[in-house]
Amino acid sequence: MPIQILMPALSPTMTEGNLASWTVKEGDSVRSGDVLCEIETDKATMEVEAVEEGIMGRILVSSGTENVAVNTVIALILEDGEEASALDGFEVAEPVDTTSPAPIATDSPAMAAHADPVAPTAPELLEPEYSGPMISQTVRESLRDAMAEEMRRDTNVFLLGEEVAQYQGAYKVSQGLLDEFGSDRVIDSPITEYGFTGLSVGAAFGGLRPIVEFMTFNFSMQAIDHVVSSAAKTLYMSGGQMGCPIVFRGPNGPASRVGAQHSQCFAAWYSQVPGLKVVAPWSGADCKGLLKAAIRDPNPVIFLENELLYGTTFDVPESDDFVLPIGKAKIERAGTDVTITAFSRMVGMALDAAELLAADGISAEVINLRSIRPMDTATIVASVQKTNRIISVEEGWPQSGVGAEITAVIMEQAFDDLDAPVVRITGEDVPMPYAANLEALVLPTAEKIAAAAKSVCYA
Amino acid sequence: MAKATPTPRTPAKTKTPKRKIARKPVTSAEELLSYYRQMLLIRRFEEKAGQLYGMGLIGGFCHLYIGQEAVVAGVQGNAQPQDSVITSYRDHGHMLSCDMDPKGVMAELTGREGGYSRGKGGSMHMFSKEKKFYGGHGIVGGQVPLGTGLAFAHKYNKDNGVCYTYFGDGSVNQGQVYESFNMAQLWSLPVLYIIENNKYGMGTSLERHSSNIELYQRGAAHGIPGVQVDGMDVLAVRDATAKALEHVRGGKGPYILEMLTYRYRGHSMSDPAKYRSKDEVSKVRSEQDPIDNLRELIMKTKAADEATLKEIDREIKVIVTEAAEFAKASPVPDPSELYTDILVGE
Repeated sequence: MPIQILMPALSPTMTEGNLASWTVKEGDSVRSGDVLCEIETDKATMEVEAVEEGIMGRILVSSGTENVAVNTVIALILEDGEEASALDGFEVAEPVDTTSPAPIATDSPAMAAHADPVAPTAPELLEPEYSGPMISQTVRESLRDAMAEEMRRDTNVFLLGEEVAQYQGAYKVSQGLLDEFGSDRVIDSPITEYGFTGLSVGAAFGGLRPIVEFMTFNFSMQAIDHVVSSAAKTLYMSGGQMGCPIVFRGPNGPASRVGAQHSQCFAAWYSQVPGLKVVAPWSGADCKGLLKAAIRDPNPVIFLENELLYGTTFDVPESDDFVLPIGKAKIERAGTDVTITAFSRMVGMALDAAELLAADGISAEVINLRSIRPMDTATIVASVQKTNRIISVEEGWPQSGVGAEITAVIMEQAFDDLDAPVVRITGEDVPMPYAANLEALVLPTAEKIAAAAKSVCYA
Repeated sequence: MAKATPTPRTPAKTKTPKRKIARKPVTSAEELLSYYRQMLLIRRFEEKAGQLYGMGLIGGFCHLYIGQEAVVAGVQGNAQPQDSVITSYRDHGHMLSCDMDPKGVMAELTGREGGYSRGKGGSMHMFSKEKKFYGGHGIVGGQVPLGTGLAFAHKYNKDNGVCYTYFGDGSVNQGQVYESFNMAQLWSLPVLYIIENNKYGMGTSLERHSSNIELYQRGAAHGIPGVQVDGMDVLAVRDATAKALEHVRGGKGPYILEMLTYRYRGHSMSDPAKYRSKDEVSKVRSEQDPIDNLRELIMKTKAADEATLKEIDREIKVIVTEAAEFAKASPVPDPSELYTDILVGE
């Protein structure tokens, strides 16, 4: 049987084209790679090369024919030793349907279970019970201890970033780690975020468990391609083969008087990306338990710290085994009249607001989100079902922010429970100004939060 | 600019590199045939992929490696089992050279369950952890720091491995390439950078995109040695790689091999390649084709006779046909696969 040459699709969208001219004639011998004909698409004229070898037996669609459908048989090639009589009976044919139906696995139990793909539901996570000794330490020390304990536990864990080793950390978070673990595992990088982020993701593909410190998350924008395109997507693109166990950590959000390029919250940015986990701890226990969880996690975790909290002291469980589940929010203060969600430094602000509200007889429930992706929507929704009111607090910008996401979730899952519209308290929609008075105007305060809470309580 | 586009160089016109690579005198017939078999497999596989694309069985972007086969065959001929490989989206040849199954590669091109990424990656995003092939990356230059990181892991684990990091001439102006060079040399990482200079970054010729077209010198600012190699000659590639590996595996840090090569087809399947003349392409094909030249060498040295080569041709044809049949017959991914492989363990 002769080899059929089909009208090829030469772009992802082409359905038909013009057969401009044949460059071979019947009787010519053709080798693979020889140009057979020229085809005009809507964009260009392109050459079609032979794949099989033999003798051009018959040209079925002549030069100059317009609007030839893709997959129409346009010529027949005789294979070595094939008689010309093999061509008998072949005329211009209807397009051959090569694409459908693509076979579908019929014995798959998953197919029977649901016709449409369903996003997995979040597993139920439990707050670990801890009744052991506590230690009073700064957030900076809790983060350092979390890294040190995990580096003792697993020799594949290493820390890389600018000034993390000899300088002991730009914010002194990695104090003492170089002394204990040496320069093979605590590595000062050049100032080269794109490069060292890509390098660390490659090291994670190679079986290591890097902790990458961004001096601040503002600089992670230099490297966001490797965080998103390489770290987050490769597991999916590889059909589950290539996990990327890596932690990207460092201070995030506004600091103090450092201006627009050094004052930005990235929680909403990274939380949009499937394949990433995004954690934003507040307390010392959060920092320790969640950083340990992030380092043990087989997935890429964005770990958003806050510079202004580094020197704050909290009571922290004194245990190498204290690990918090990523994806579990914490109710920091129970209440009945209004729900306030917050993360990172804003949790403290929300607790201050709750005190102000209590003085006015309003009982606020404060939820520390802790994890932005996955988000513990079950805890938020359950709280709204109780309080019927919710405001969200963040330092980032309003548009498409974390509060916007929470608002959408409440609309979808708790609309009938609301007694008032959802209110977002966010950083103002401006680049951060330098002047102290203007900077103060940008950020949420306990007073702003309390006023918003009163407004939804119609108090 | 009124100036005409300068005629792009072809490997024949390239001046002799500063460090000339001496060809090893002894090459066994078995070795020659193994290169021949591998290069022919890539060529025929890519032709078949082009055909399946034309039939609508492969979609999106599909970048063929036809013309460049000697590069990957000659480099990977030196590989040891602990070594790792990473490249760009023009990756089918590299996967075949890493001994990945043509069926699994072709089925990924058709987006089927039997593909290496179970249909979720496509032509540009394929991986085999088992064969230490780390992709298949779609962002130009993105694989360079990733490969440097794989080399970091080799050094960290003290496994004596080398990461072969391939990238094209089109990616050499990406900043991350230099960021990687700096760290690789600074930390003496075992990475072999292979620049596949096929003269065009998509439709822009080397002369139009690079201020210094001697790409083997691109590591000079960091003290990384580099040589230019005739990438159309598999034995020259093999020998240059062997020499570079002495340096890299010897703990002396990275090395750059600039392979002068040529792609016969467009940048991707939908590229009509109007930025170069037909004469330019046909001249390279007729004078420098890596497979034809190797075939000639095999005949001349009597490493094999015509009948043996014909038999190899036939074997390859069967492998490629079977791969295509598998890729057509393999089922499309189950819809339930949509939400798998997003996070490990969930």
